[in-house]
Amino acid sequence: MAIADHVAPDWGALIQPDRVHGSLYTDPAVYAAELERIWYREWIYVGHVSEIPEPNDYVRKSIGPQDVIMSRDKEGQVHLLLNRCTHRANLVCDAPKGNGSAFRCPYHGWTFSNTGKLLGYPFNSGYGGREKKQELGLGRVPRVDQIHGFVFGSFAEEGPTLLEHLGGAAEAFDRLTALSPTGEVAITAGWLQHRAKANWKMLLENETDGYHPQFVHSSIFSVAKSGIGDLYGEKSTAVSRDLGGGHSENDLRPEFRRLDQPLGWFGTHPDRVPDYVRALEARHGAEKAREVLIDGAPHTMIFPNLFIAEIQMFVIQPLSVDETVQHVTAVQFPGAPDMNRRLLQQTIGSVGPAGFLLADDTEMYERNQRGVAVRDPEWLVIARGTHRERRDEDGYLIGDATDEVPQRGIWRHYRELMEAGA
Amino acid sequence: MSRDVRPLGELARAEGPDTDLLRTVEQFLFREARYADELDYDAWEALWTDDAIYWIPANGDDIDPTTQMSIIFDNRARIATRIKQLHTGKRHSQEPASRLRRLVGNVEILDADPEHPEDIRVAANVVIYESRERGITIWAAGLEYRLRDTPDGLRMAYKKVKLVDNDRPIHTLAFLV
Repeated sequence: MAIADHVAPDWGALIQPDRVHGSLYTDPAVYAAELERIWYREWIYVGHVSEIPEPNDYVRKSIGPQDVIMSRDKEGQVHLLLNRCTHRANLVCDAPKGNGSAFRCPYHGWTFSNTGKLLGYPFNSGYGGREKKQELGLGRVPRVDQIHGFVFGSFAEEGPTLLEHLGGAAEAFDRLTALSPTGEVAITAGWLQHRAKANWKMLLENETDGYHPQFVHSSIFSVAKSGIGDLYGEKSTAVSRDLGGGHSENDLRPEFRRLDQPLGWFGTHPDRVPDYVRALEARHGAEKAREVLIDGAPHTMIFPNLFIAEIQMFVIQPLSVDETVQHVTAVQFPGAPDMNRRLLQQTIGSVGPAGFLLADDTEMYERNQRGVAVRDPEWLVIARGTHRERRDEDGYLIGDATDEVPQRGIWRHYRELMEAGA
Repeated sequence: MSRDVRPLGELARAEGPDTDLLRTVEQFLFREARYADELDYDAWEALWTDDAIYWIPANGDDIDPTTQMSIIFDNRARIATRIKQLHTGKRHSQEPASRLRRLVGNVEILDADPEHPEDIRVAANVVIYESRERGITIWAAGLEYRLRDTPDGLRMAYKKVKLVDNDRPIHTLAFLV
């Protein structure tokens, strides 16, 4: 069975409750359909307001293969503009970031404001006096919304609100920002861009896969004498959770609460970051601060492209059916320099092309992509823990730490989106 | 930090000793390259001083590594962790290990860093061919070293690898650069 054989793929045949078809990762027609039905329709994470703190700041971002400018106008409003001159399609912005009230296309000098409005073009008698300014503003992402400064965009003119889209996953932002003395995070450390010769869903599914850490990451767990592997063991009390809407998490709090060690999730101790702990206690009070420091940061995958990996942020960017870039940076907390140094140095060690963890994850994505091209068996099995899947008190499906509840949730939502059609 | 080379006249006058030093430095860099290419991890690790810094910046060559993401920013302890991880046999991104060959050239001895007057500051270029199942990846970088003359010979106190594409998406880089 191959997608090319079908005019309209039978998504229900390709995506079954306990297995999915290999062509979903390899067929260019599937990828083309995903762009239309997921990447150019759903709420996609684009950037954080701290990346454009001042009026007229801008930064180049992406929505899948689309080149997007995230700008802040002089009134402070955030815009998501498409990086394409409306005249003959040159890129209007080539700097990765900067400050300026306008973008001037280098090809013929057309100039656009940072709100997307066409301000003018040289030799304007050439259009016979007919005014082009109204109709030829920059393309834009029509819906833009934020949660705790995290900016999302949707190419759909209408649809669920961002909060409706996030559903139960919105709590991840509350948990992350609870760890900040100011209640805000700063995404200011710059991004590593890690290329993978693999379909984007290999990354998506791996982010909340609690089954792989003990195998893929055993090398660094053993060398660094890390306890992280045990969180994803057979005896772990952590749970995997399908948050609905394709969102998923590995909820490690049951383990951290059992261990009852503030900052234990981060492998450190309050004595090592006294200024940070004092600042957090000033915000929350000592008792609440202790709870927050025991619970730690979320490990939550926001469908389809934002992974909050405790203290790191990953953004998944598909470029083609078998090429993906994973952008990654360290979360920083304003007003906590002692903690920020540790957050940054631990992140540099862990992630990116040379990271102790992510180099090996990326090796797995690429091996997976080669493996899925092998023709027999045609299926990938996502049945782990089906027999012990259950509902938590909020009604979400949960499983044991190593179960494939997140993957089944991802594919359930994916199928709904693909069946909803173009 | 100035990268000015010494005036040519002065260099010519000092030709004997400078040429000897340059040859010694080159031989050291070639040996380091061979250890890395041939996966002699322990020999490579032994080239570092106890206060070593091994740095591959991202998004430019002159970022502040205490506030900005780098691809690698290892102190001596983290270099040791990197080597130990390679030795486990379960560092999947290097199992099997990449087949590697690199050319080191354009070796220059620079003026000393005033904060480390005892160290020899060196610039060089490197081009690396890496072969893995994914295919061949070509890496190119400018290198900056501080080398220290010790009773055991030259040692690396600082190595900075300025990848030409450090501001773009790059593949996994799990071998020793």
